[in-house]
Amino acid sequence: MVETTELKVKIGLEVHCQLTNLKSKLFCSCSSDYRQSPPNTHVCPVCMGTPGSLPVLNRKAVEDAILIALALNMQISNKTIFYRKNYFYPDMPKNFQISQYDRAGGIPIAKNGSKKLDGEKIVHISRLQIEEDPGKISYEGTIETSKSAFVDYNRAGIALVEIVTDPDINSPKEARIFLQKIRSIMEHLGVSSGELEGSMRCDANISIQGGTRVEVKNISSFKEVERALNFEITRQKSLLRTGHRIGQETRHWDEARRVTISLRVKEEEEDYRYFPEADLVPLTISEEEIERQKNSMPELPEGHMQRLMTQYDISRQNAMTLIDNKALAEFFEESADNYSHPDLLGNWIVGDLLSYLYEMDIELKDAKLMPRDLVKMLELIDDGTISGKIGKELLKEMLITGKSPDEIINQKEMRRISDREYLNQLTEEIFSSHPQAVKDAIKDPKAVRFLVGQLMKKTSGKADPQLANSIVNEKLKTSKT
Amino acid sequence: MSRILELSASELVSKIRTQEITAEEYVNKCYERIKEVEDRIHAFITLTENIALEKAQEIDSRIRKNEKVGSLSGVAVAIKDNICINDVRTTCASKMLENFISPYNATVIERLKSQDAILIGKTNMDEFAMGTSTEHSQFGPTHNPLDLDRVPGGSSGGSAASVAALETTISLGSDTGGSVRCPASFCGIVGMKPTYGLISRYGLIAYANSLEQISPIARNVADLVLLTECIAGQDNKDSTSIDSGTQNLKNCLVDDVSGVKIGVPEELFGIGTDEVVSKAVWEAISKLEGLGATFSKIKLESLEYALASYYIIAMSEASSNLARYDGLRYGLRLDDENYDWSTAYSRNRDVGFGAEVKRRIMLGTFALSAGYYNEYYLKAQRVRTLIKQELSKAFKDFDLIIGPTMPILPFRLGEKLLDPLEMYMCDVDTVIANLAGIPAISVPCSSSQGLPIGVQMMAPALREDVLIKVAFSLEQHLKPDLELKV
Repeated sequence: MVETTELKVKIGLEVHCQLTNLKSKLFCSCSSDYRQSPPNTHVCPVCMGTPGSLPVLNRKAVEDAILIALALNMQISNKTIFYRKNYFYPDMPKNFQISQYDRAGGIPIAKNGSKKLDGEKIVHISRLQIEEDPGKISYEGTIETSKSAFVDYNRAGIALVEIVTDPDINSPKEARIFLQKIRSIMEHLGVSSGELEGSMRCDANISIQGGTRVEVKNISSFKEVERALNFEITRQKSLLRTGHRIGQETRHWDEARRVTISLRVKEEEEDYRYFPEADLVPLTISEEEIERQKNSMPELPEGHMQRLMTQYDISRQNAMTLIDNKALAEFFEESADNYSHPDLLGNWIVGDLLSYLYEMDIELKDAKLMPRDLVKMLELIDDGTISGKIGKELLKEMLITGKSPDEIINQKEMRRISDREYLNQLTEEIFSSHPQAVKDAIKDPKAVRFLVGQLMKKTSGKADPQLANSIVNEKLKTSKT
Repeated sequence: MSRILELSASELVSKIRTQEITAEEYVNKCYERIKEVEDRIHAFITLTENIALEKAQEIDSRIRKNEKVGSLSGVAVAIKDNICINDVRTTCASKMLENFISPYNATVIERLKSQDAILIGKTNMDEFAMGTSTEHSQFGPTHNPLDLDRVPGGSSGGSAASVAALETTISLGSDTGGSVRCPASFCGIVGMKPTYGLISRYGLIAYANSLEQISPIARNVADLVLLTECIAGQDNKDSTSIDSGTQNLKNCLVDDVSGVKIGVPEELFGIGTDEVVSKAVWEAISKLEGLGATFSKIKLESLEYALASYYIIAMSEASSNLARYDGLRYGLRLDDENYDWSTAYSRNRDVGFGAEVKRRIMLGTFALSAGYYNEYYLKAQRVRTLIKQELSKAFKDFDLIIGPTMPILPFRLGEKLLDPLEMYMCDVDTVIANLAGIPAISVPCSSSQGLPIGVQMMAPALREDVLIKVAFSLEQHLKPDLELKV
């Protein structure tokens, strides 16, 4: 028996980010905006690997990669060579992928960087390389039971960068945070939009003290990474606990069933037979080009966070959460510029808005919320038209319908009730149907709360709470006499 | 046989432009000739008669209207069947691509069309350009027009035989390790592998992409120049293509070799070189000396390893280049119901590829494998670098290097088919230029018992002008006694 609770976990990630800001694919002029197109319509002889076709490098991808390398404090290579990674798989039109390589004379575009997580934790980044995305395979049902595989080459040839970390990550949560940071950097650089489905994916190498390295492939987002790693760590720990050994293998994360499945064990590991891609000339990057990119570097997450704190006087925690998602931070800024209490606004966005988005499992861009409507809603709370509690409901409704707060308030009669006469009348009714409660309340001030609660209930929470309280108390006074 | 067919390309262009003959009349004569000899030569896999006649009529009509026509107006060009023509079958002489219709034009095809050349048909070759005899075609071998029992050389055997047999005026082949110079030599005509990058490879179905070049074949040096100038030059679709610089090859068609310095490496006359070949090449060298050139015997020790280096690199690249033929998108697709994809791939590749192709894919896969990569692929690349260095050193003292194109005379069909190594040995003198990326030309210099002997000349990168000048002189002074057998 092995005691497993204290065993150290080591995780290394290989993060693939599509360079979604590029207009065309990595080696041909096909448009990179493929997501809405029917399968296999976004292709040409080059990305389909049609016999005789040749790749031509999209130099814009190199500019993107330089920006990323600079943001991750990496050393940029002045000369790099593209390599072929050979393996037979139906998603590869040529049965090899044009990539870069760090052995056998290969040089990736950048090496030796690092990213600090919140606190002191540093994740080292061993290399950054440019490569082409393969096509997409889908199955009927699961990978194991499907009778056939369907291949869509629209994605084939899309420009990717691969970011490879050292095994510095020690928990699934850290992995998620790291990915969030990467996504935020990509978005701040304007090179990759993490909101697009499948634009950021990763493979993870996990080893538990006493076991060997297991690779988990097909993790499609940073939400999935925590789930996949938790599953895999639990699986490995229970194997160790029951006295089994963990062998080197490659596993596949099945998102639907939330399990990892063995793809191949060490003996079956692929030999990719890397060798230089002679169809592309060696890529040279001059110091001038690096300098040029340095000078065009946009605001990065760290700077953005500092600016939010000083410009809007919001808490460090809120600023940190906001910049993890650039769109959210921008939404905040646009709202804050039109609202007098940015700190309150920050709480609403980081608290309620974010948790609703999470609950609804949507990205901000998919929610139908406009900054001016959020501001309007907060102003309605400020001027007493609605209560804070109603505000929460209202926000949810706004997210779903995209309607303005006024429209929803009118439709759903959410306006706060401050009509003294109407509330008096309701209190009258409550007192006559709850005589015992009235008696109790006369004796015990604590029991007043029940009667106020009844009034709030009758108005679906819309009664002005202060007014409701004073009406009930006045009524009690007159009942005493 | 019509006299028209014997005309040179430049004569044809001028006769068609002046309406002395029509392009249509000439193209019809080509097809008559093809129909007359093809059962004995088998130079073509696919004839593109409709495309050719339509183009010929269009050219004639434009000439009648006094419109401008291109530099190759009306000239028939046969195209090796590994160069893609839009909407035309491109087979690489393989069952794998038996039904592959290219969806696009190779850059060279675009350029030929823009100069009003006529695409006459797709020529036979060793499967995927892997061979030295054109016997490895899945559509049957091509025969040498000078001796029907003998091979035309390869792998561009169909392109060379069709030009020699007067089925077309000029042709394009591809040269990975001698695949144009060898058949040019064996068929008694001219073939040149240009500097790597001079001609766009876009649309050339790859065998070994760091070595090969689309290469012109003609019956005389002037025609070769006409064809080269039409297709050469930088192409945005091929990152490895280069600007041809300031060379003007037409200006090199003068009979003057005075002052040309020639190096003759003894390694090019090594074991296995037929004495008649050595003798013929030395006679050519003497002839050049008589015309004012100087020569010295030299030693280039790295050449001893050229053949091994070439085959390792070529096979390694081939194993990757040919991976895409799995039946899913390209290649023969057998019934794959009830097979997983991996088994289906194996079945398709087993049936679709011929024995020589499979041999090279397997050897290449081995050479790139973990644990063997350093021993084979990397070592071969180091040898390649050494050869390049030694040659560029030699080119400091010499304008060109001369030796035999082929160490032996054209051999009989079947003679070497069962011994792959012996077949590979035939490439010993030609692979050097591919490894070094330099231009090389083969020109007929003599004959023995009716069989042609070619002399090979190599020059530094982008010095095709030197090759053309010396080849042109040799052509003026050496007229080998050759006779068509069809």
